[in-house]
Amino acid sequence: MSERSAAGGEVIPLDLTRRRPRKPAPVTPSASPAAGERARCQQVTASGRPCRNYATASGRCIVHADDPTETGDQERRIEEAARPEPLAAAEWEAIAAEVLAFARRRLLGDYKVDPYGFDRELTEQVLMPLARPLYQRYWRVRTTGIESVPSGGALLVANHSGTLPFDAIMTKLALLDEHPEHRHLRELAADLALRTPIIGPLSRKSGDVLAHDDDALRLLADGELVGVWPEGFKGVGKHYRDRYKLQRFGRGGFVEVALRARVPIIPVGIVGAEEIYPLVANVRWLARLLNLPYFPVTWQFPWLGPLGLLPLPSKWIIAFGEPIATDDYPADAADDPMAVLELGDRVRDTIQQMLYRTLMGRRSIFF
Amino acid sequence: MADRGRRVLITGIANPVSCALAARLEADEGVEYVAGVDLVEPDAPLERTEFIRADLRSPLVAKVIESTRVDTLVHLGITTTPGQVGGRSRMKELNVIGSMQLLAAAQKAPRLRNVVVRSTTAVYGSHYRNPSLITEDVATDAPPRSGYAKDATEVETYARGLSRRRPDLTMTILRLANTVGPTVETPLTKYFALPVVPTVLGYDPRLQLLHEDDAVGALERATVDPHPGIYNVAGPGVIYLSQAIRIAGKVAVPLARPLMPWLAGMLRQSGRVDFAADQLQFLLYGRVGDITRLRERFGYEPRYSTREALEAFIESQGIERAIDPEAVTAAERELLGVLRRLRPTGDTAAAEGTAGAEEVRT
Repeated sequence: MSERSAAGGEVIPLDLTRRRPRKPAPVTPSASPAAGERARCQQVTASGRPCRNYATASGRCIVHADDPTETGDQERRIEEAARPEPLAAAEWEAIAAEVLAFARRRLLGDYKVDPYGFDRELTEQVLMPLARPLYQRYWRVRTTGIESVPSGGALLVANHSGTLPFDAIMTKLALLDEHPEHRHLRELAADLALRTPIIGPLSRKSGDVLAHDDDALRLLADGELVGVWPEGFKGVGKHYRDRYKLQRFGRGGFVEVALRARVPIIPVGIVGAEEIYPLVANVRWLARLLNLPYFPVTWQFPWLGPLGLLPLPSKWIIAFGEPIATDDYPADAADDPMAVLELGDRVRDTIQQMLYRTLMGRRSIFF
Repeated sequence: MADRGRRVLITGIANPVSCALAARLEADEGVEYVAGVDLVEPDAPLERTEFIRADLRSPLVAKVIESTRVDTLVHLGITTTPGQVGGRSRMKELNVIGSMQLLAAAQKAPRLRNVVVRSTTAVYGSHYRNPSLITEDVATDAPPRSGYAKDATEVETYARGLSRRRPDLTMTILRLANTVGPTVETPLTKYFALPVVPTVLGYDPRLQLLHEDDAVGALERATVDPHPGIYNVAGPGVIYLSQAIRIAGKVAVPLARPLMPWLAGMLRQSGRVDFAADQLQFLLYGRVGDITRLRERFGYEPRYSTREALEAFIESQGIERAIDPEAVTAAERELLGVLRRLRPTGDTAAAEGTAGAEEVRT
């Protein structure tokens, strides 16, 4: 077998777009693969199709390695996933009543928001359901290691990419839908997001706050899960050729916050967001004119007109890493620039490694 | 001197909040004497408060402080809207020059021990770069450059100058959030009384409100039991402007941002709402102060949350509702009934097999 082992310290190919010899897709990937062909994963994807990622030694791909369900019996499980449940009449009525009650509460202002402006009801009933088709069908997001996100206060640090920050929305949804405690991620947003009409109030209502130390510390002290994208615009607006190369992590403000709040840092690697709007040029003068950090020219924008706003349907994997504890640092470590820089580098390296590893498990950009 | 009871001088006594404070101090046995200074006499029936007609801008103020032998000065004589006094330049003069004179006189008053100055959370400005909850020490990016908020910023500067030069004084600065209630009249209360409420399209600020009873309560506490420092005073919690409008049963009319100055001009001319530039900014981004220090160090727990303050205000001012909650609830019931009647046909299409058929028969 010409199988590469992930553990062997070899050079990791980054260019995943290169062509592979086309072969007819095997009908049952769990059956013995053709000679010379790498084994495919034996697991079923969320949409009920057999997973076509290459398998590692365990017989599954890197995405499904932690899946608790049994392998095999693929046909039966595919069939089950395909058959919709008939909706009982009573259920239907309950849904109608719920929708009407929701409409009434919204119309009369009978709902609560927290002091930061987080509107739980709106987020759970309207905003996240709007993002869910993107998550489940369009980008077919898979997560790994989400159960390692603890239940108390924690600072989640992720790579940023994609020209428009869809990665933040998908991470939020991943934690709400797939974390055992259905946690809401409180994201530290850029001021550009909060000052933009319509987007600003909506992101506030979905739980975002301005990236300000005071707010972040208070949220962490309250046991909230706070998310930060330290690369900022340097990450989200970077050239496509720099994909999956982490940019500078700001000035390490997030490390100081985690050290002060004494909460663990959870490194997160998001794969797939780089390819939704591959940015090939930045029109600087237009960006300056519009007071934006960059004005993107992507594969599809502005060439395809309004259609160019449609992101590409890449395959996403969000990998949640093991928490990095901060409580073994001394109490005044936040005021020690060396400690802050060192921890910041550690987090950055961890995320970079996670990205490389996850990229290896992905068969192509789109599948 | 403490055993003789406090002697309190309140400026701006014609203001309803000042009147309420004076009434509470009258009822307090620890307060020996209450005097109120203003240009106009208060309407409220005050019993033992002595009214002194004086202009804060004149040096006469020093004589008032001296002759009344007060140990506590409560400075509430700050005008919030130009309409009240006939023009912005006069308002600025009354606020800034008046406070300067008053606090200069206070510096020279040997008997004075305790100074309370009313300020506003508007000193933080309304800016998207402000933290979600603004603490008292935070240096905000956009200090207000106009209107009442700028005056308040300057008054605070004088107050801090005074406490620097007179370290023996206890200086309490209370930054009150937007105050609502049965008697106060502010641009915000008038805004909610409009038949339809104009908002800015695409923006939804968070509001933090203070019930006037809590404003008076906090001022009373600062007067009789000084805890020097600067405190945000507001009801706990926030509501969105859109939510507040719905609670009030009003209809919001979102307008494009460039139209707002024009609308503000119209409202000002018709005498309905006195909206200044900084209040337009408030309609974009709002502002919310952190009240942890008020609760923990100052030791005051507001009785009304932001939402309760709004509800009490709507109740007390008899603000007309365009949307009746009972009508909405009735409509909900009606719709649900219609859906129930429609169900059999709708369901046979959706459900399959015997379950659907049985449903039709029953």
